[in-house]
Amino acid sequence: MEPLLRVENLVKHYREGPHTIHAVNGISFDVYPGETVGLVGESGCGKTTTARCLLRLEEPTSGRIVFNGQNLTALSASQVRALRRHFQMVFQDAHESLNPRFSVRRTLHEPLLLHGLFRAESQLYEAVERVNLEREHLGRHPAQLSGGQKQRVGVARAIMTHPQFVVLDEPTSSLDMSLRIHVIALLRRLQRELNMAYLFISHDLSTVRHLCDRVLVMYLGRVVEMGPTEAVFARPRHVYTQALLSAIPIPDPTAKRERILLKGETPSLREIKVGCGLQDRCPYVADECLRPVPFYDLGDGHQAACRLARQEPQAMPTQARHGDSEGKLR
Amino acid sequence: MSKALLHIEDLSLTFPAEGGRRRVLDRVTLDLYPNEVLGLVGESGSGKTITSLAVMGLLPPTARIGGGHVWFEGRDLLALPERDLRQVRGKHIAMIFQNPRAALNPLMRAGEQVARAVRLHRGLSGKAAYDTAIELLRHVGISDAAARARAYPHQLSGGMAQRVLVAMMLACQPRLLIADEPTTGLDVTIQAQIFELIKEVQAETGATLLLITHDLGVVSEVCQRVAVMYAGQIMEVAPVEALFARPQHPYTELLLQSLLRVDRYSDLNTIPALPQITLTYGSGCRFANRCPDVRAVCREHRPPPFAVTSGHAVICHKYPEEAP
Repeated sequence: MEPLLRVENLVKHYREGPHTIHAVNGISFDVYPGETVGLVGESGCGKTTTARCLLRLEEPTSGRIVFNGQNLTALSASQVRALRRHFQMVFQDAHESLNPRFSVRRTLHEPLLLHGLFRAESQLYEAVERVNLEREHLGRHPAQLSGGQKQRVGVARAIMTHPQFVVLDEPTSSLDMSLRIHVIALLRRLQRELNMAYLFISHDLSTVRHLCDRVLVMYLGRVVEMGPTEAVFARPRHVYTQALLSAIPIPDPTAKRERILLKGETPSLREIKVGCGLQDRCPYVADECLRPVPFYDLGDGHQAACRLARQEPQAMPTQARHGDSEGKLR
Repeated sequence: MSKALLHIEDLSLTFPAEGGRRRVLDRVTLDLYPNEVLGLVGESGSGKTITSLAVMGLLPPTARIGGGHVWFEGRDLLALPERDLRQVRGKHIAMIFQNPRAALNPLMRAGEQVARAVRLHRGLSGKAAYDTAIELLRHVGISDAAARARAYPHQLSGGMAQRVLVAMMLACQPRLLIADEPTTGLDVTIQAQIFELIKEVQAETGATLLLITHDLGVVSEVCQRVAVMYAGQIMEVAPVEALFARPQHPYTELLLQSLLRVDRYSDLNTIPALPQITLTYGSGCRFANRCPDVRAVCREHRPPPFAVTSGHAVICHKYPEEAP
């Protein structure tokens, strides 16, 4: 299958006074039609910058972004705008991203008008119903909606033009767990109905495990590990991924596991060292980590850029109380 | 168990709302014992933060106490004049807030803020106080403490700012520490570091820790006991292991079933939805409308707490007849 989106060696640097901020440092990945790829990592890892470059909300410093066979990086702004009906974004803060003066009707109507797709009022009815809102919500303004309702309007707006690719930037992180599950279930249903591919950006790894087919783990503007979600979560092979997963508290006092505590904090993006980005924080750092680290292929698309990835992994030592550890079913 | 350090008794609280006042805390009773870590857990709107603000005497002016007491060392904090309360705050009860950078004075260097706390609570002055402050900053894991002490809060990362607050708290040596979602907005690897630090400091000082969180993972890893709140009511209080292994209140059961875990995949269709907290409730159990075991009496009034075992109490009409 041809990828819907191909990212090749994407780089994004910013100037900050006399300094260069190395936000994204050469990442490559593909997204296939209809799949969900998770882009995970902590603040400053470059995940949001990557997404903004993909949608050409930022100009990449270098690299190629090929969408449906077209090189987006070579297109003019107006050509990108015309293509934008095919790739959309759902923003983190539903409240901030909705115009408070616009009714839901106007918010949903606008993308159809922009792209010349408006045919009938029934398109708007269909849109609100698809995200489990009522027709009467069309007349409301953001201030009259709850947090969960606003997030659903944000989703409805993004999919008005039936895009093939949607970037979801932390769409659940401001929601309570109860609402989060609703939104995940909604996103999955919409994906099936409209056959969209998602790039799901999140630091909430529990949600990523339950939504994504594949996952990319970023640190300091580079991908350090990628692969099928179940493989990466059950057998993480980069020390950073292991530390990240082991840091998440598990709601089960009987779960036994080892926590890998990283030293210190994420270093500055002003200077990127040769070799593994984790070298100053990793408890297992060795001489070879100070030289460029290749990706080790672990089969089934699972790859990790860590010298320890070659060693037989220990499965994450967690104990499930109900003994279910079956793979993801879709 | 020994005598409670803090005894919240039948605390009710209202806020103005459309068409009257809304009861955001409904007869909350909770004990904290010396040297323990108690988690207060609930979703947004459950009343957990308001409970802590009532203890600290930091309620917004529109809040009105509808009844009850907050006993701390023999005194009812709700009845204390502000002047006396200020004595208790900081010296005996300290709070760590959600947004550490906002809790620090933006115009004062970090070291100086810690030094002030040292002067105020340890009676040291001048250089001795400042040196102690640097020592405390080093103690909470700030490398290059002398240099960091000269930083202003906006120059600190969130994790660093939280460490500064923990250092200030160490300077005060409070008997009771309230931490309200202390790692919200921090990255998970930093969150893990901060919880390690808070646990160490708690063990070292013997302070009692009230940890407010929505995250049952954090409760499981940091707390010894846990109180579950829903819509302004305490539903169940139990040792952590017992709560996870043998939840007694129907709401607690639902809460535990509704979790997404990072360490295993669950079919989303099997995860039940939690009920949204609404604005108006009657006099009975606030979970009654969504409770699978509801009885007529549940909508009328709530029973007194029933002790399932020593230390494990549930407020539910199912008991005592369904006691395990």
